[in-house]
Amino acid sequence: MLSIQNIHAAIEGKEILKGINLDIQPGEVHAIMGPNGSGKSTLASVLAGREEYEVTEGSIEFLGKNMLELSPEERAREGLFLAFQYPVEIPGVSTTNFIKSALNEKRKYHGLEPLDAVAFLKLMKEKMQLVEIDKALLTRSVNEGFSGGEKKKNEIFQMAMLEPKLTILDETDSGLDIDALRIVASGVNKLRSKDNAIIVITHYQRLLDYLQPDFVHVLYKGRIVKSGTKELALTLEDQGYDYIKEEFGATTI
Amino acid sequence: MKEEMDVLEQTIGSEYKYGFVTDIETETVPKGINESIVRLISKKKNEPEWMLNWRLKAFAHWIKMEEPQWPNVTYPPINFQDIIYYAAPKKKKALNGLDEVDPELLKTFEKLGISINEQKRLTGVAVDVVMDSVSVATSFKKQLAEVGIIFCSMSEAIQNHPELVQKYIGSVVPMTDNYFAALNSAVFTDGSFCYIPKGVRCPMELSTYFRINTENSGQFERTLIVAEEESYVSYLEGCTAPKRDENQLHAAVVELVAHRKAEIKYSTVQNWYPGDANGAGGIYNFVTKRGICMGEYAKISWSQVETGSAITWKYPSVILKGDHSVGEFYSVALTNHLQQADTGTKMIHIGKNTRSRIVSKGISAGRSQNSYRGLVRVGKNAINARNFSQCDSLLLGDQCGAHTFPYIEAAHPSAVIEHEATTSKIGEDQLFYCRQRGIDTEAAVALIVTGFAKEVMNQLPMEFAVEAQKLLAISLEGSVG
Repeated sequence: MLSIQNIHAAIEGKEILKGINLDIQPGEVHAIMGPNGSGKSTLASVLAGREEYEVTEGSIEFLGKNMLELSPEERAREGLFLAFQYPVEIPGVSTTNFIKSALNEKRKYHGLEPLDAVAFLKLMKEKMQLVEIDKALLTRSVNEGFSGGEKKKNEIFQMAMLEPKLTILDETDSGLDIDALRIVASGVNKLRSKDNAIIVITHYQRLLDYLQPDFVHVLYKGRIVKSGTKELALTLEDQGYDYIKEEFGATTI
Repeated sequence: MKEEMDVLEQTIGSEYKYGFVTDIETETVPKGINESIVRLISKKKNEPEWMLNWRLKAFAHWIKMEEPQWPNVTYPPINFQDIIYYAAPKKKKALNGLDEVDPELLKTFEKLGISINEQKRLTGVAVDVVMDSVSVATSFKKQLAEVGIIFCSMSEAIQNHPELVQKYIGSVVPMTDNYFAALNSAVFTDGSFCYIPKGVRCPMELSTYFRINTENSGQFERTLIVAEEESYVSYLEGCTAPKRDENQLHAAVVELVAHRKAEIKYSTVQNWYPGDANGAGGIYNFVTKRGICMGEYAKISWSQVETGSAITWKYPSVILKGDHSVGEFYSVALTNHLQQADTGTKMIHIGKNTRSRIVSKGISAGRSQNSYRGLVRVGKNAINARNFSQCDSLLLGDQCGAHTFPYIEAAHPSAVIEHEATTSKIGEDQLFYCRQRGIDTEAAVALIVTGFAKEVMNQLPMEFAVEAQKLLAISLEGSVG
């Protein structure tokens, strides 16, 4: 469903991604790991369409479409979901209303009627249980005054509501305690299906213990330098990124 | 940062959709103002002598006054001799019903989205329409008369209910009150009059729709609402004007009188032509609105959504004279492009145990300037007066300005006055977050702005709130891209 070919991307003239290749099929979970500054979050931003990042070379195909020609909102409506590392607060806009707007924009894009209030509430109730989110949060303004854990749960709840084809979890595990991590991870697991795919961006093994990725990629200095199965993540956990740096550090200068 | 600005820039910059001109025969008086013009207007309206004398007194006072310079707005000097002070759609005969109204005029109203017939049927809102200077249609008059409510144009009121007009006109906003009120008192041409008798709860929303059509004309209407003891009325006011390159002056006066235990709720959606993106044209909206809670437990509530006008200068105020009376002011003022708004309220606490509440939401976009100016005054006998003020500003982009000028004068130690203020900005991160969820920038801005203004919108009557919400979205179209 996603095919990334030789992507180079720069911000303010500085090249961060230096030729990424990645193929993702429906049903797969891919973990992208790597030390700080290796380009993980840049990759997430490029996929989501952040305009500060300039794609200088390469192509991305998403569900048969040239993704680079789509605006961020079109990508979202096509089925791309980014769970933000730092979810943004939007004062004055209730979470419920926000999700309803998002869902109905997506439905409109696909030629569907907007969900009426009853159907929407029913859907919300169903998904709330799935991700164990407190109902009270949904009447509050989007992420305003939420704890770190609540913000991440809210991201997963939105994922549940919008039913994306491809989800990118951008360091969703950062800032979570063990309990919150377990709830968030189990929410994600419940949302997995043979039709959708997930990219998990993380530093650590602990989220992957729950999610059990099919593939693990190591990103270093803007390139995927190593790919493997979930055992690769365990090796990294054992040996740290230093061995990656030793092995590949010199080649990228 | 640069990109953020570009993005914001693009969403501000929409088209004003009420900018058409109606091709209708109009009767006007020569440009300019002098005593004989005042006499001519009075004569055209076949007014009694007391009314003419009142006008002349106001005029004599006005020529000695100077234009106020204190508002936080700038504009070139107004040439008061270059304005047409009276313009009326030509009427061939007295009208008995809407069927006899000029079809061009009816078309205008339909374009404005206020098909009078429709409104009559669907919403049960009684509408008075004022085009340029003259009230052209009032609906539902008969049904209202059955419960003793008088709802008619000011001109009719002067003819048919002179004792009421004479008693109350100028009683809240004296003709000498300020420069524009004095000018209005001299040359006002029409407006709406509303009288709710004792104990009557007005069964429907009353509404006036103002429209400036004629070029170079000013609109000077006066609205007077009197609510007798234990009565209730909710009143709506809407306004639009054609697009023109010149500035046009709108200097209205609104007076509200609420007697013991009466309640008046006055809502405005102001959408005068704001001028184009470069600041050419647009209405100067210099309006004096004031209500008085005469008796105890009276309540006056102003709600306004201000999106139009090149310059807005208005402070709907409440004089809390009766003990236990309540004054409220809920305002959303949105400025875009080069619009300037200096708006707010005055709450004058005179009686004991009086309460007031101010909620002001300013939204600035483009290169506009948006000021809140509010006065809370507690008199020396106003024991236990309470006020709560909330002034929030929302900025779109970094070229606009938001200003807050709160004035507090408390002459009694028991007064409790609270003031809260916040300033926030729609950031690129918020917009991107929305877009990543499939909500495009324009819808995201509308969502955020609507959320910001919610508290005030909730005060508007239903049918108005929907309109107002659309209006906010339209006014910001193109302000972010």
